[in-house]
Amino acid sequence: MQNALLTKFINKNKRADAVPTFRPGDTIKVHVKIKEGDKERLQAFEGTVIARNNTGLGETITVRKVSFGHGVERIFPIHAKVIDHIDVVRTGRVRRAKLYYLRGLKGKAARLRERE
Amino acid sequence: MSPGILGKKIGMTQMFREDGQAVPVTLLKTGPCMVVQRKTPTTDGYDAVQLGLLEFVKPQRINKPATGHLKKAGVEGAKFVREFTLRPGDDDFKAGDQVLVDQFKPKDKVDVIGVSKGRGFAGVVKRHHFRGGESSHGSMFHRAPGSIGASSFPSRVVPGMRMGGQMGNGRVTVRNLEVVDVDVEDNVLVVKGAVPGPNGGYVLVRRSKR
Repeated sequence: MQNALLTKFINKNKRADAVPTFRPGDTIKVHVKIKEGDKERLQAFEGTVIARNNTGLGETITVRKVSFGHGVERIFPIHAKVIDHIDVVRTGRVRRAKLYYLRGLKGKAARLRERE
Repeated sequence: MSPGILGKKIGMTQMFREDGQAVPVTLLKTGPCMVVQRKTPTTDGYDAVQLGLLEFVKPQRINKPATGHLKKAGVEGAKFVREFTLRPGDDDFKAGDQVLVDQFKPKDKVDVIGVSKGRGFAGVVKRHHFRGGESSHGSMFHRAPGSIGASSFPSRVVPGMRMGGQMGNGRVTVRNLEVVDVDVEDNVLVVKGAVPGPNGGYVLVRRSKR
């Protein structure tokens, strides 16, 4: 069981404003702050959430997309300050929490049905 | 400025700095503490302040001599009592004064002292990071210490030879931990890095010398 004070600290430091509710299988757009010299801009990474790992402030998501025929995966710590915000693009109906099987599928087979 | 404060370890997590850097942190519930006794060179031979951590303690859990000692300073419910040496620059305290976390602010350096988790009688692989032998292929040498010295000369084991024995459950000091955050309302001190002992274990937080 987690100490109440620890829970309070985690809730205080959470990025509740930037992180909407989403599940593995959903397609999301992660806007990441990128520093170039002294300028800052946003870069979006759109893909399917294939895993959510850890809990608390160390929680991460693995987002996968296929870019020019190559699978690209990025792991984002969702409570980090480099994440500006996350948009949910579409939902996906899946039956497991970790969608690593998508790595072995290509094209039509890698599609996910929309969740009602 | 208080030389230190007493507390309990809550647990670890991580947080992010303004520049986006992730910092591993330990949360400590520190204080409220009360000064139980002020030791002076004239009466005790040294300069120190004795603090007691105020918490809920059943009265029968504190024995009668200790209860009397606490009563002198008007302190109730302090099971964990420890001393801090006073250094030049520290405030003078009287018995009955309160010490709170607001003594610390972010970027301060502290030493944290606790009792490490006990591992019982541990072998050399766990205790001294010996490599051990192969587990299969008929090796017959698994986690044994190997040779501990020569034969008829010197006919004894040299002192300090690393062997199995009690591991952990001893006083451990971690020096120069950075204070990352202070929550005055909940008496929580957030320090960077790990702290000895289990969650819920008692710790001393001492202002670092350097």
